Amino acid sequence: MVEKKEKYQNRIELLQGTLDLLILQTLQWGPQHGYGISVAIRNRSGEILQVDTGSLYPALHRLEKQKWIKAEWKVSENKQRAKYYQLTAAGKKHLSRERSKWSRLSDAIAGVLNPEQM
Amino acid sequence: MNMWWRKAREADLDQEVRAHLDMATQERVERGAAQKEAERAARREFGNMGLIKESTRDVWGGGSLDRLMQDLRFGVRMIAKSPGFAAVAILTLALGIGANTALFSVVNGVLLNPLPYPEPEQLVELRESKPNFATGSISYPNFMDWQKDNRTFASMAIVRGNGSFILTGLGEAEQVDRVFVSSGFFEQLGVNPVLGRAFAPGEDRIGAAPTVMITGGFWKRKFGSAQDVLGKSLTLDGRDYTIIGIIPATFDLLGSLRTREVYVPIGQWSNPLLMNRAAGLGIGGIGRLKPGVTVQQARADMERVTQNLAAAYPEADKNIGAAVIPLRKWLLGSVEPFLLVLFVAVGFVLLIACVNVANLLLARSTGRAHEFAIRSALGAGQGRIVRQLLTESVLLAAMGGGLGVLLAAAGTRAALDVLPMTLPRAADVAVDVRVLVFAGAVSLLAGICFGLVPALKTRKPDVHETLKEGGRGGSGTRHRAQAALVAAEMALALVLLIGAGLMMRTLAALWNVNPGFEANKVMTFGFSLPPSMTNASPEAIRAAFREVHDRFQAVPGVQGVAFSWGATPLQGDDEWLFWIDGQPKPASESEMNWAIDYVVDYDYLRIMGIPLKSGRFFTAQDDEHAARVAVVDEVLANQFFAGQSAIGNRLHLSGGEILVIVGVVGHVKQWGLDTDDKETLRAQLYTPFMQLPTKGIGGGAGVVVRSDQPATVFPSIRQANNQMSSEQVVFGAQTMNEVIASSIARRRFSMILLGIFAGLALLLASIGIYGVVSYLAGQRTHEIGVRMAMGAQRKDVMRLVLSQGLKMALLGVAMGLAAALALTRLMADMLYGVDASDPLTFAGLAVILTLVSIAACSIPARRAMKVDPIVALRYE
Repeated sequence: MVEKKEKYQNRIELLQGTLDLLILQTLQWGPQHGYGISVAIRNRSGEILQVDTGSLYPALHRLEKQKWIKAEWKVSENKQRAKYYQLTAAGKKHLSRERSKWSRLSDAIAGVLNPEQM
Repeated sequence: MNMWWRKAREADLDQEVRAHLDMATQERVERGAAQKEAERAARREFGNMGLIKESTRDVWGGGSLDRLMQDLRFGVRMIAKSPGFAAVAILTLALGIGANTALFSVVNGVLLNPLPYPEPEQLVELRESKPNFATGSISYPNFMDWQKDNRTFASMAIVRGNGSFILTGLGEAEQVDRVFVSSGFFEQLGVNPVLGRAFAPGEDRIGAAPTVMITGGFWKRKFGSAQDVLGKSLTLDGRDYTIIGIIPATFDLLGSLRTREVYVPIGQWSNPLLMNRAAGLGIGGIGRLKPGVTVQQARADMERVTQNLAAAYPEADKNIGAAVIPLRKWLLGSVEPFLLVLFVAVGFVLLIACVNVANLLLARSTGRAHEFAIRSALGAGQGRIVRQLLTESVLLAAMGGGLGVLLAAAGTRAALDVLPMTLPRAADVAVDVRVLVFAGAVSLLAGICFGLVPALKTRKPDVHETLKEGGRGGSGTRHRAQAALVAAEMALALVLLIGAGLMMRTLAALWNVNPGFEANKVMTFGFSLPPSMTNASPEAIRAAFREVHDRFQAVPGVQGVAFSWGATPLQGDDEWLFWIDGQPKPASESEMNWAIDYVVDYDYLRIMGIPLKSGRFFTAQDDEHAARVAVVDEVLANQFFAGQSAIGNRLHLSGGEILVIVGVVGHVKQWGLDTDDKETLRAQLYTPFMQLPTKGIGGGAGVVVRSDQPATVFPSIRQANNQMSSEQVVFGAQTMNEVIASSIARRRFSMILLGIFAGLALLLASIGIYGVVSYLAGQRTHEIGVRMAMGAQRKDVMRLVLSQGLKMALLGVAMGLAAALALTRLMADMLYGVDASDPLTFAGLAVILTLVSIAACSIPARRAMKVDPIVALRYE
């Protein structure tokens, strides 16, 4: 029982940083609400990445608290009131830092997985 | 965190989530789904809404206080919803926490608080160490040399606390307790007079003008606290003393409850032996070490001082050393083990109380499994539910703790009032900040302890299963936990029972010890001739004593009266030095033999009921005109005249008198019922009161009276006394049974407390096993119904339920026996006449505890027996 729970937690931990990166990247194309962000990530990943709402909203609120994004209520194209998030200047800086970190990480992992290609 | 701000954010989050769902639904509708279908799919995709909101709120931070308030409010509601459960839990805890707080306030006041003097760690008790006594009296000449020769003490003072003056000229004549001190005594303890001054250097010398300091209580009682009291005179034993200062009413000599009223410089003591370097007059010393000096350094220093004195005065000081003992250890060393044993015992009571409440909570949490399943289905995280349960149990503990502190505050005072004089520093016992902090910490800890078990058991309920089961939870692990808890409390209760049992056996053994005299028909009191007699001739004094003797003898109910001087059994000791006639006179007093001396009237032996072994006791003819005679006890006879008769032999006293032994009597337990056998100085010597050397005869003596009503005869004696002279005083009446009782008072105090704790533990443990067995039997109603329908007999059912309880009880008894075997060794020093692992006590109490648990289990067993299978099967 306990073991299972820890594994589950590890997965969340692993996803957390990545999800932050995906959210910030999505918001680079303009302000978006929570539902829009989850749809965008799903579509851009070719339906592979399903964003868990249980992770999405805590992540949004955490990013907002860290002042990397800010929120504003607006009316959507469907005349629906929704809370739109957008990148702040600090968020943009953070995104570029995180992106280069990510590409170094994925290069490194790729190198380990396919050594013959290096 | 601002409440309003939070509410706004909650609404904001609600809207955000609703917008998300609306958009998801709308998109599905646009793709062609039916509205209802689309809504359901969107919700399913979204997940557990409550949980998501909860974890999002967690991100905001600052929510812990809100959650705590929420938990508290919910907890109060849950407790209010089941007042019966709450009342039992809170009362149980109040008893446990209250008993602990009460005892802690005693430990705190007596052991933990520093002594009420500045830099108390520098204070030491000083004593002469002699071949017979590790901590004997200091002679005044030796003290003055110690004071002069030492290099490690900032100051030294002596104090002699036992004794009294007769106060006249200020209302009715009365006896006042006095203390002799040397100059510097009060300065050394940091006590400042509230009025006037303390004794000046030199004022304590022999021949100085008589001065006196009085205590605040005496000042108020006799002078109405008048400011002009300084310079007035006080007539004590017929002499006028000038009042020079008032000692604060709160000053309590060395922490005892006993009230002393007047303090007089040691030089005013009219005892002719005061300047005798070898005399043992019951004088103690207190020293203050120089800053930075350790007790070891002081001991080494005093070793040098006493060796020099032994070389200079071999006659008196050979083999005489100095004992230097930290004051705290001197005052409290003997009570520490008693209090620690009691503290362990009361801790056990609290543990049992916690176990009971934990069991109650466990049983209740089974009933609440449904509630928790619903809450977690609605989005409560596991941590949240555990936190909620802990909040509830800490809340219970806090209420129990509050009630417990009230109980403790009332109970401690009451207990100390009932049993005074047994505890040093009893006046310092109070509920202070430290006690409150202790009670708070204990409550919190208890709440967490007993709350954690059910909380962890409830953790991660299988939502699906529990909901399906309809709340009729019954997991095996929970039952095992309950059984283990019951066994544990049985074990704790048994340890306490055995502890109390051993103390009772000890007390019973002590009461059965023959003290060497008949206590039942004897009472004793102090007597003092009028102060005007102080300077009368020995003949006049003897005549006065004879007249008093006859007057007291004539009081109705009095069967015999005898004056006694010197030692009194179990109360005060006095020793003489002697050597046997025919042997060469020892070169120095330190090579002579010691005997406890009793200087008594001819009727003393009959009054005290001491058996005569051979020869004769004194008669009225053994007076000042007759040849000097003595009677010895068996111990002296065997020690010095082994194998031959002591009678007819002669003894030389160190003062030069020669006594002929005329009889041998039984030994009296002078040093206490239990310790007398272990003392080295046990030889006893009786001499006739009327032959007391003229210089020794004073105005006062002890009186022993034989009567069929020893407890009620004293008022008539007092009346007879007051008719003779208004300045003649009788005081301090006690029956010999009371004397014996107070000699074992500390043990009795421990026994009573241990008995109370053990009783409480037994009660709580029986309630505990009763509760759990009833609960388990209730859970098995269905099973029992099936068994009965299948042909089980009522007695089989009874056996089923009883054996379940008995298993727990026996497991507990086994653990308890093992634990007691290890723990009772801690109290070995408190025991007498019974072994710390006495098999009879162990086995007897194990049987009693088992029987009590069977009785407690038989109630639910009977109930189960009456189960109607039809009803039970329909019970679903």
